[in-house]
Amino acid sequence: MKSIEAKIVVLGAQGVGKTSVVIRYVGKLFSKHVSPTIGASFFTFKMTVDDYRVKLQLWDTAGQERFRSMAPMYYRKANAALLVYDITCRESFENIQSWVDELKKNVEGTIIMCVIGNKTDLVSRREVTREKAEQYADSINALYYETSALTNDGIQEAFLQVSLSLIKLSQTDKSSGLTVYDGSASLLNADGIIEDGIGDMNNHRRRRDSEDSNNASCCS
Amino acid sequence: MAALTEPTLPVQPLPPNDLEEVTPDDLVEEGAPGASEDHMLIAAESYEDINVAIDEQYHRGKDEKDKTKNEIEQSARELSIDDRSTTPSDEGRETPKEEVSSAEGKDRSNSMLGNRDRPQHVEEECYSPEWRQRQKHVFILSEAGKPIYTRHGNEDKLVTTMGVMQALVSFVQDNDDNIRFMIAGSHKFVFLNRPPVILVCVSHSVCFFCFHRFMIAGSHKFVFLNRPPVILVCVSHSAESTQQLLLHLTYVYNQIISVLTFSQLSKIFEKKSNYDLRRLLTGTEKFLDNLINLMDRDAMFLLSAVRCLPLASSVRDIIGQSIAQCKAKDLVFAILVGRDNQLVTVVRMKEHSLHPADLHLVFNLVDASTSFQSAESWTPICLPKFNSNGYLHAHLSYLDEECSACLLLLSADRDVFFELSEARQKIVTRLNKYNCLQAIRESLAKGSYKVAQIGIPDLRHFMYKSKSTAQYTSSELEAPYTEEGERHRLFGMYQYLHHRVHNSARPLKILFHVGSKETMLGWITSGFELYATFGPLVTKPAAINAINKLLRWIKKEEDRLFILNSYTY
Ligand SMILES: Nc1nc2c(ncn2[C@@H]2O[C@H](COP(=O)(O)OP(=O)(O)O)[C@@H](O)[C@H]2O)c(=O)[nH]1
Ligand SMILES: [Mg+2]
Repeated sequence: MKSIEAKIVVLGAQGVGKTSVVIRYVGKLFSKHVSPTIGASFFTFKMTVDDYRVKLQLWDTAGQERFRSMAPMYYRKANAALLVYDITCRESFENIQSWVDELKKNVEGTIIMCVIGNKTDLVSRREVTREKAEQYADSINALYYETSALTNDGIQEAFLQVSLSLIKLSQTDKSSGLTVYDGSASLLNADGIIEDGIGDMNNHRRRRDSEDSNNASCCS
Repeated sequence: MAALTEPTLPVQPLPPNDLEEVTPDDLVEEGAPGASEDHMLIAAESYEDINVAIDEQYHRGKDEKDKTKNEIEQSARELSIDDRSTTPSDEGRETPKEEVSSAEGKDRSNSMLGNRDRPQHVEEECYSPEWRQRQKHVFILSEAGKPIYTRHGNEDKLVTTMGVMQALVSFVQDNDDNIRFMIAGSHKFVFLNRPPVILVCVSHSVCFFCFHRFMIAGSHKFVFLNRPPVILVCVSHSAESTQQLLLHLTYVYNQIISVLTFSQLSKIFEKKSNYDLRRLLTGTEKFLDNLINLMDRDAMFLLSAVRCLPLASSVRDIIGQSIAQCKAKDLVFAILVGRDNQLVTVVRMKEHSLHPADLHLVFNLVDASTSFQSAESWTPICLPKFNSNGYLHAHLSYLDEECSACLLLLSADRDVFFELSEARQKIVTRLNKYNCLQAIRESLAKGSYKVAQIGIPDLRHFMYKSKSTAQYTSSELEAPYTEEGERHRLFGMYQYLHHRVHNSARPLKILFHVGSKETMLGWITSGFELYATFGPLVTKPAAINAINKLLRWIKKEEDRLFILNSYTY
């Protein structure tokens, strides 16, 4: 069994649910009162996909304009980028496109892109159609998933597909910058995924300040 | 325990009837409790940023000045028994020029200014939490009149207000006269221009622009702080003095600098004077809100000092050493802060000290957001006193599951996250090995200390600042100050006391204030500031006796309550 270490950057406007998606995936929970990210947060996650032990290092960025100049720090060495928008907010979809342009301009190696339309539970307020978003994702050669951090829809699938793409990339592109090495075997579950632990920082923490309400939406 | 009957005095006892003889210098030579030569923090004075503008105010009007001086000297000599029968003009004298410029005569001016600072006022207010919030309103606008921030409501709805504010400010700026007044409707505006500060008082209690929702009988005080390219405005119905409100505005301003840096802020407005700054400040509102709320209840801002988490000095030493041993590139400061803004330690580059005001902003950052509880974070932060034109890069993380202490590693290099992350891991390992995190958790669980522990009957609460280290200690708030409203009232009393001992051409050294609900004593020497609350019936000699005992106790406990030795990289 081989091991692979990959860096992922999560980009998108403030309030689209980047942190919620990451915490849902890494920490298995959803909080209505997730605090707006300051600067960027760093998560690690380990899992087993196919024949690979995958260690993900995730940069969850803040998405605020004033942190924009810091962004290259996070995406420069990334192997994959999750481009998250809010399906109820057209502006946040347009924001994704400017991120894609920036990545294309500034990232030298291959970077796997995955467009994520979040907040599908709010489908009645949808502003961006699935077709339109899929079409766009195709045009930039990106994966596309719709998710809800609230109902835990689509998130596992998105991360699984990103991981599979990373594995494929490591096999086909030796200059991808992905760290691959031989490691010990591990069992697989039905989904082909085994989560064998959360990284250095435990994300099951008790929240100190439960009424930490904030920025409900990027369109507010 | 023979030592208890025959205590060695760390300080000279106060001669009960002649306080003038206790010169502050005597006390310092004996060593004020908690004094140290350590340079971890910069020994900051209250109002150091706004002293110039304010002090001048007291020297205006020759007669007034002399009168003021005489009264103050006398009150110092008499231990300044400030009972509740003091006449309103007592306060009016402190802002003589404003009084003079108020054309409508003395009564009006007293109601406008005098009552603002009176303890009676503090004691008599009704304190519903909601109403209290409304007591103080803070706005920020750009010099072009664009709204940037409002504490209550929504900036967009306040565009007109902001525009009027801005017009008022330029009206004041354009005038050479230091003092102007203008009447708009039923309001009288009195302006005092002390660049870069403009003070404005509004003398009538009628609805003003959109503020009617929190308007209650009595007058509002408007305080403007003009820090190009932004203007900060505070409209207050609280008892705080103008300096205290200016201090608040200065902190609010510094919070913005902390997010943007001064150079970035000025550049933006140089390029485009009507820029909408809210775009760049998204997400900062909660830090401004939190800061303003904190200032309404935490004495650290007023005292220009920080409170340390009580810890055995041996434990604190291990913590300091452990942090100091884990070096990383360009690491300037490592700050460990416990819950409720209690400092555990600061490790710093030898040549740099931290200003308490910068540390307060760091505390606010940690206090206002739970974002750091879920992961390691990496964010630029500007410490205005350290360098208002540049960022440091902060690695933030809590060190245990309970989130009892947050570690900030501040580096000048933006690319060292992983290095710092490694250093942090080593620190955690060491602190766990020596049970330091456990000690921190225990101290947090235990809280501060009960005043009963000190064994002074009648002493209800106190705050003590060691000036040389810019650190303070205070006992827990106990009955009768357990209710939110009473706590706030007591805080207001401390603000008043602080105002009185700091706020005059020749500061009072000691103030003995007899109120209906408590008696308070404020004392400033060159080594410390002490504010103590007693029951209402305590006599002056008893209070002085108690204070001596208290100082001895603090001296005995100083290793635990203060950081007297810090570590450097
Ligand atoms: N209804 C709904 N709300 C969500 C979802 N994901 C996030 N949110 C909410 O959107 C707000 C912003 O989320 P956050 O994760 O901080 O967004 P970020 O700024 O992109 O990291 C929070 O109030 C979340 O509770 C979702 O899938 N459905
Ligand atoms: Mg976020």
